Amino acid sequence: MAEPELAIKVTGVSKAFRLPHEKQSSIKGLFVNAFRRRRSYEIQNVLNDISFDVKKGEFFGIVGRNGSGKSTMLKILAGIYTPNKGKVEINGKLTPFIELGVGFSPELSGRENVYLNGALLGFSRKEMEAMYDEIVSFAELEQFMDQKLKNYSSGMQVRLAFSIAIRANTEILVLDEVLAVGDQAFQKKCLEYFAKIKNDKKTVILVTHDMGVAKRYCDRAILIEKGKITSQGNINTVVSDYQKINLDRAEKEIADRNDRIAKKDGGNTKQLTVHRIFTEDGKGKRRVVFNPNEKIRIGVELHTTVAVDNPSIGISFNNPGGPPVAVTSSSDRKVPLKLAANSTATLSWEVENIFNDGSYLISVTALDKSKQILLDQATEAYKFEVQGWPHPYGIVHPKDSLVKR
Amino acid sequence: MKYIFSNKNRALLAELVRTDFKLRYQGSVLGYAWSLLKPLLMFGILYIVFVRFLKVGGDIDNYPIYLLIGIVLWNFFIEMTSQSLGAIVARGDLIRKIRIPRWIIIISASVSALINLMLNLIVVAIFIMFSDVAIRPVIVWFPIVVFQIYLLALGISLFLSAAYVKYRDVSYIWEVVTQAGFYMTPVLYPLSVIPALIYQKLLLLNPLAQAIQDARYALVTPETLTMGGVYKASWPHLIPLGITAFILLIGTLYFKKESKYFAENL
Repeated sequence: MAEPELAIKVTGVSKAFRLPHEKQSSIKGLFVNAFRRRRSYEIQNVLNDISFDVKKGEFFGIVGRNGSGKSTMLKILAGIYTPNKGKVEINGKLTPFIELGVGFSPELSGRENVYLNGALLGFSRKEMEAMYDEIVSFAELEQFMDQKLKNYSSGMQVRLAFSIAIRANTEILVLDEVLAVGDQAFQKKCLEYFAKIKNDKKTVILVTHDMGVAKRYCDRAILIEKGKITSQGNINTVVSDYQKINLDRAEKEIADRNDRIAKKDGGNTKQLTVHRIFTEDGKGKRRVVFNPNEKIRIGVELHTTVAVDNPSIGISFNNPGGPPVAVTSSSDRKVPLKLAANSTATLSWEVENIFNDGSYLISVTALDKSKQILLDQATEAYKFEVQGWPHPYGIVHPKDSLVKR
Repeated sequence: MKYIFSNKNRALLAELVRTDFKLRYQGSVLGYAWSLLKPLLMFGILYIVFVRFLKVGGDIDNYPIYLLIGIVLWNFFIEMTSQSLGAIVARGDLIRKIRIPRWIIIISASVSALINLMLNLIVVAIFIMFSDVAIRPVIVWFPIVVFQIYLLALGISLFLSAAYVKYRDVSYIWEVVTQAGFYMTPVLYPLSVIPALIYQKLLLLNPLAQAIQDARYALVTPETLTMGGVYKASWPHLIPLGITAFILLIGTLYFKKESKYFAENL
C-alpha cells in the first residue's frame, strides 16, 4: 500500500449476489436451464462503488440500517466474500468477529472448544495453553470446563466465546454487532472491551446500528444506504445523517400503520365510538416522532349516536408487548363532557414528552359515567415514537431539577 | 509452501483433525478401536467369502494378505474422498463467518483418513509378521505408492468438495462411481482372473488399480501383475501417473477458482 499510515484502503468495491429464483442445486436443473437458455436468477447489487480508508489506530464505524449492505462490506473486509469489482488493501493482520463462538461444537467439552476456537482465531496450542486459565476465569466457568458444551446455557457459551475472542491481539479488529447478544452484565463487559481496544490504539472497524455506541467509540464512520455510501467523515455528522434518514422513514412507516388501524373502525356498543386517534406537537402540527422535552398532544375523536353524559375516557401508553407505561383519564380532569346525540367531539390531552426512546402504543377506553359499562375500546390503536434522548435508559425521564446545597 | 505450513495453519490443522477424531467416535463404547475393528471385520467377511468359499486367487502366495492390502488401500481412498466431499458444506459455519484458508478443511479430512490408514497398516504389518511373506528391498516403493494414492484422492477430493457446494447431486454420482470403481479395480480379485490381456491393460490404466497392484508387488509377492508385467515395457507406467497428476491439477485449479465463492454459495 502506498500510504503507510493507512490500515485499510477500500477502492471502488462492488458486490452483487445472484439470487436464483429456484435454487439450482442439482445437475438436472443445470441442464434444464442450459437448454432453456433463460436466466433464472436475478442479480442483487448489494454494494456499489464503495471507497473509504481507515487510518492506523482509528476506531471506524460502518453504520446503516438492516439490509443496507454493511454486513456484506464487513465480510468483504474479513476476506469471506470476494468483491466483483474494486480492491481491498489491508495493512497488517486482521481478525474478524462476525459472530462469537464460531466453530463451537456442542459435543465437545468446554476445554476442547476453547482450543478449537483459539486455533480458528489463529493461536497456536502453546499460546492457548498460556492463556487458558485466564480465559476460563474471565468467563467465570472454572467448574464447567470438562462438561460438554451442549450442557451450557446460552449465556455461558457467549461468555466463553467472548473471553476467547478478546485475546485476539492482531493489529486490526473487525467487529460485527456482537453487542446485540447477551444480558446487561455482558453488554457492559463488551463496552469495557471497546474502551480497552480504543485505549490500546488498535485499528477497529465496528459495524453497528446502535448510534449510542457509535458515537461513544468511533472517530469516523461511513453510512451505507442501499449499497452506497451516503455520508462519511466525522462520527457526529454521520450519526446525525443516519438519524435524519431514520426519522423520515419512521414518520412514514408509523403514519402508514396508524392509517391502517384507523380504517379498521371497531365499536362494540353503538352509543359512543372512538373514531380516530392522532398526535401532534405543541404547535398543532401532526407528528408521530417526537424529540425529548417536546409537548405531545393526543387527540381522540369520539362519535355518538345517543346523548352521552360525562363518559370516562382513559388513555394508556405502553411499549409494544409491555405493560402500560403511563395512564390518564378524563375523569381525573374536571372537564365537563356533555356529548349530544349524533355528534363528534375531540378530546385533546397535552403531555410533556418524558418517554424514553422507543415506540409507544396508545389504547383508548371509553366507559360510561358510572365507569361500569364499556362503551368502546381501541386497543394499541395508535403508535408514536420517541427518539433522541442523550442517555436512552430507563422507562421515563422525570422532570427533575438539581441544586447544590 | 511457507504459507501452507505456517505455524498458525499447522495449529489450526491439528485442532481440526483432533476435533474430527473426537467427534467421530462420540458416544461409542469401543471408540477409536473401531478404526481397527472395522477393516478387520470387513477383511474377515471378504476372506471367508472369497478365499474360503470362492477360492479366488488360489495360485497367489499369501493371497489373504494380498487381499487385505487391496482392501486397506481402497478403503483409504474411499474414506478420504467421501469425507472430503461433504466437508466444505459441513463446515459452512466456519466458511461463512471466519477467515481460514478453505483448503485446510480438505487437508484436515485427508489427514484424518491418513491416520486411519496408518492404524490399518499396523494391522497389515502384524499379519505379515505371522505369515511367510518375504520382505524384499522393493518395499521402499510402498510409501511412494501410498503417496500417489493420496495425491489422487486429494485431487478428487478438492474437485468433489467444491462441486458439492453448488450441486448436491455430486454425492449420489460419486456413490455410483465408486461402486463401479470397486469392481473395475482388482481389489477382491487378482488381475490374473481376467482372461483377455487387452482388458488387463485397460484396467491398469486406472491409477488406483495401478497403485494397488504396485503396492502388492512391493509388499507381498513379485508375482503380482503390474504395469510392467502386463505391458512388457516401462513407459506405460507414466500413463496412470500422468492421470494422477492431471486430476490433482484440475482439482486444485477448480477448488481455487470456486473457493472464492464458497461463502455466498453455501
